[in-house]
Amino acid sequence: MNVRIAPRLDIKGPNLVKGIHFEGLRVLGKPEDFARYYYENGADELIYMDAVASLYGRNSLLEIIERTSREIFIPLTVGGGLRTIEDIRKVLRAGADKVSLNTAAIARPEFVHEASRTFGASTIVVSIEAMPVANGRYEAYVNYGRDRTSVDALEWAVQAADLGAGEIMITSIAREGTGQGFDVELVRKVSDQVSVPVIAGGGAGSVDDVRRVITEGRVEAVALASILHYNYLKQAQQVAGGDYATEGNTEFLKRGTGFSRVKDASPRDVKSHLAANSIACRYSEDAGTHV
Amino acid sequence: MSDAAPPRVAIVDYGLGNLYSVKQACAYVGLSATITSSKPDILASDAIILPGVGAYGDAMATLGTLGLITAIQDYAAAGRPLVGICLGMQLLMSGSDEFGQRDGLGIIPGRVVRFQDPVVDDHKLKIPQIGWNGIYRVKAMVSAGGDPWTGTFLESVADGEPMYFVHSYVVRPADPDVVLSTTRYGNIEFCSSLRFKNVVACQFHPERSGPEGLKIYRTLAKMISDRITGAVE
Repeated sequence: MNVRIAPRLDIKGPNLVKGIHFEGLRVLGKPEDFARYYYENGADELIYMDAVASLYGRNSLLEIIERTSREIFIPLTVGGGLRTIEDIRKVLRAGADKVSLNTAAIARPEFVHEASRTFGASTIVVSIEAMPVANGRYEAYVNYGRDRTSVDALEWAVQAADLGAGEIMITSIAREGTGQGFDVELVRKVSDQVSVPVIAGGGAGSVDDVRRVITEGRVEAVALASILHYNYLKQAQQVAGGDYATEGNTEFLKRGTGFSRVKDASPRDVKSHLAANSIACRYSEDAGTHV
Repeated sequence: MSDAAPPRVAIVDYGLGNLYSVKQACAYVGLSATITSSKPDILASDAIILPGVGAYGDAMATLGTLGLITAIQDYAAAGRPLVGICLGMQLLMSGSDEFGQRDGLGIIPGRVVRFQDPVVDDHKLKIPQIGWNGIYRVKAMVSAGGDPWTGTFLESVADGEPMYFVHSYVVRPADPDVVLSTTRYGNIEFCSSLRFKNVVACQFHPERSGPEGLKIYRTLAKMISDRITGAVE
């Protein structure tokens, strides 16, 4: 079975943003530009996360989903602020294949069951944002990594799968955006305890961090953000000259500060490294040339 | 010839699955696709796509409520092009073992069964299978001579090309000769696409399988156009 590389695009209004520990969001550019580049460069699926749960307030996310679906023919998971069956229906109708639930699911676990019954288990991803607490335990957080719940993240993962989640996405808040590597121990615990596929997120700083979370964390998919976004920005700035820099707050890239820990890579670079380490992935030398 | 209207495809809407992505893939290859649950629309179309993700029993119940079961059966029996995708493929079979026995559309003899404990190197594989997996020609057919994919909707696809799968159940056609491609999930080899008379179906999602999946849509579009042209002449 091929492991999946899933670029994660956090979206605020019309913009792609990225923070550290889900905070201090910087605007990087237009999500559609990043999405197209990842599609043409070996991404297996895309994850859109509404960073401010603005789904109802503004419709920009639905429009972004529609535009994406017209030109990108790989699976799209959308999350952030989905609270009702009708919210999910809207996002699926706009062109998403799967939805990711967190805050509303923890507030009312039965919601996972209802969503799974209505749309099929494989449409429902439960996203868990975990923070380490004492004794090797982890606490699940909600509202984009802001609020504690006192819910045990591992127990919740097991319960969510039992309730009908088709996939579990586990993100380490402590590692998120830092480039320090994944919390492999957390990821492995989740993967060992649930019978559904697991997506690991939070912390990738190099292609070898991705290899490690696959082999030691035993996950079916990996969500990547900073490592890919900074790579794309570099490419885009080379192509577009100064143009791109005016759209996003990318001064930090030019200064070379703040993110020196992240060794950026394209989805294709990630897959080359995996293939070189005998990890099965959808990888072909000429992918992209026929797009 | 150039002023011919694009073929009209009805994407059957029974409330499940990403119909929008199917429609976009159709548009991408020049098919005029409508998402519909209207029986007259469906009967008037040049081809039907039966998509879907979700629960078998609910899907059949909804098709029944919409009055579409006999419409789809008659459409297939009349020799008109019918395409099943994912759950849509499974619905074409006689029935499923999902949550007890469920009747399907019964267009293709065979059953739908759950993945039986797939393993690789003693490591249990996760269910559902979600992700990209290779589709392969049936070896017995290859050794029988010729290319079994020639003239089928897979003819422009390379052997072993990865396609995107999302499923917990697989089809077991009664007649192995209808199997077009097989795929392995750990130690389990299953039918990933089939052809039965005028009906083709795949367990994977070609509309979510990147440029290689779009090749399948392009071939389908050509086959549907050719059929119309042939019928008119």
